[in-house]
Amino acid sequence: MTPLLDVRHLAVSLPGADGSPLPVIHDATLHVGRGEIVGIAGESGSGKSMTAQALLGLLPENAQVSGSAVLDGETELVGLDERGWQGVRGVRIAMVFQDATAALHPMLTVGRQLTEHLRHHLGLDRRGAERRALELLDRVRIPGGRGALRTYPHQLSGGMRQRVAIASALACEPELLIADEPTTALDVTVQAGILELFDELRRESDLSVLFITHDLGVLSALTTRAYVFYAGRVMESGPTGELLLRPRHPYTAALLRARPHADDSWEVRGGTAAEAQPNGSKRPLPMTTIPGSAVTPATAPPGCPFAPRCGYTEDGCTSEVPAMTAVASGHHVACRVLPDLTEVPG
Amino acid sequence: MSALRIDDAAVEYTSRGRGAVRAVDGVSLQVERGQIVGLVGESGCGKSSLARAVAGLEPVASGQVLVDGRPVSPLRWRRRSTQDVRLQMVFQNPYASLNPRRTVGSQVADGIAVELRGQARQAEVIRLLELVGLPADAAERYPHQFSGGQRQRVAIARALAPRPEVLIADEPVTALDASAQAQIVNLLVSLVGELGVGILFISHDLALVREIADVTAVMYLGRIVEMGPTHEVWSAPRHPYTRALIEALPRITERPGLPVPLRGEVPDAARVPDGCRFRPRCPVAVDACVESPPVTTFGPHSVECWLAEPAREETRS
Repeated sequence: MTPLLDVRHLAVSLPGADGSPLPVIHDATLHVGRGEIVGIAGESGSGKSMTAQALLGLLPENAQVSGSAVLDGETELVGLDERGWQGVRGVRIAMVFQDATAALHPMLTVGRQLTEHLRHHLGLDRRGAERRALELLDRVRIPGGRGALRTYPHQLSGGMRQRVAIASALACEPELLIADEPTTALDVTVQAGILELFDELRRESDLSVLFITHDLGVLSALTTRAYVFYAGRVMESGPTGELLLRPRHPYTAALLRARPHADDSWEVRGGTAAEAQPNGSKRPLPMTTIPGSAVTPATAPPGCPFAPRCGYTEDGCTSEVPAMTAVASGHHVACRVLPDLTEVPG
Repeated sequence: MSALRIDDAAVEYTSRGRGAVRAVDGVSLQVERGQIVGLVGESGCGKSSLARAVAGLEPVASGQVLVDGRPVSPLRWRRRSTQDVRLQMVFQNPYASLNPRRTVGSQVADGIAVELRGQARQAEVIRLLELVGLPADAAERYPHQFSGGQRQRVAIARALAPRPEVLIADEPVTALDASAQAQIVNLLVSLVGELGVGILFISHDLALVREIADVTAVMYLGRIVEMGPTHEVWSAPRHPYTRALIEALPRITERPGLPVPLRGEVPDAARVPDGCRFRPRCPVAVDACVESPPVTTFGPHSVECWLAEPAREETRS
């Protein structure tokens, strides 16, 4: 069966200050199956949000896009004109953003934001649109029925606002929802409720979600498969559990080591945190750091973009871009060394 | 004498229509030299109001705040005396907290004692920059020439210039990427070891606080509901709110489940529930909870809950 979304060799560049193209995504290949929640993880500048924008036709007009992104086996999104996008964006692919406050109009009631959308896209009359809006609120577990329709965004908490934004995204029954850090601005207690909602929507209505996050814990809790991006490239992809518990790319491993741990899951971390104690400091250092700072596609060196920060490099890492190779069923890694990551580099 | 001592402090805001709102209502805690105290809680719990009061940016309505034994006086339109700068603050957003039009060196120099002049002053700027892991030539550059993590290093160097006893770090790594986050956290921890400065580390991220704090204080709706050595608070939390915060953290495990949401939201501080403040959201509330709960202590661990008992079989799997 063809996947719902099949992205192959997607590359995007934007014109730089001097007019020469600056790459933002290199050769991204990914797919999302029906009823599947797929994650994209990475730091800022990794190209994860650019991927979302490319899939929604929200890139600036002067962006150069190549490769292919096919929705539902039939609609090619790359090269679609504005007319074509109008039948896709918000209708077949919808988006949920990090900042629900910015995504909602502050002076319109919740009811108005939802019904306006429904009347515009589905041509419903006022009564029909209101009935549908109530159904949507129910689906995103907002209590209060008609009363809730009369509230304004500022009267709602951050979690409730994000639920309204999700309801609005679901209005046209999209096949795919792209969620870009939808829980990052929320407290963990509220985040847990939104994650639960995504999972319920997937189970109840077979919704497919491309979920972008920087939080590997969220990735683990919600997604079944995931892609790790760095400097505009996919570094590693696979079943989420496999990826996070038995990572094969040094970058994935470094990200896992650098996070504060709510769990003590990954054996590779064992003993590494307390090792380095520079300056004769009395306290052990709690976190394992990644040396240097993250590069963007525009500042990435030739070869593997992670090579300057990687402890396992060999000859060739700095000259050749590694190809994605399969290390297990469905688990792919862009690393030519594939070191034993349980041995921490010196 | 503690580097920072907060005794039964309250912070009130008055606004038309809502009257006086107590954002902080009777908080006591201490930060010793060389100690990191983590303060966690959801947004709206009063963490930042407490930080602002401790820094003298808001007056305390009652109670007191002592830095090195001296009361922190509310900041007015005057220069603060050198005794008042024994406490310094590091803010969440290093893009906003540094002046974009002044060099890094001149901003770091602001806090250096006036007695140091000329060459000695320059040498001190460089010493501070190197202390936070920046090269000496950073002094000549402007904030926009640095990454977020490096800017936060500058902000820390500036905070260290007056040689404070205690740093208030209010979400200092929240705006940073994973790699910068780990580096800044390690820097703060190494400074505690090297300089013996105390840190009140305010964060919404319980997992991060667990990694670095010696003592963790959990705040809810203006009160500290649980406080104790970090490993105890984490492995045997006694307050249902602390348990809820821990259970809401997404984990990486062989069989990950969805984290558990906590129903409801932090209520408006203008409408504090009677009795236990957490009662309306508490999954285990009982009749007694309509009365204000007592503070029960277990050695260094204290908890404000009617159901607080030694955690015998509560150890989490």
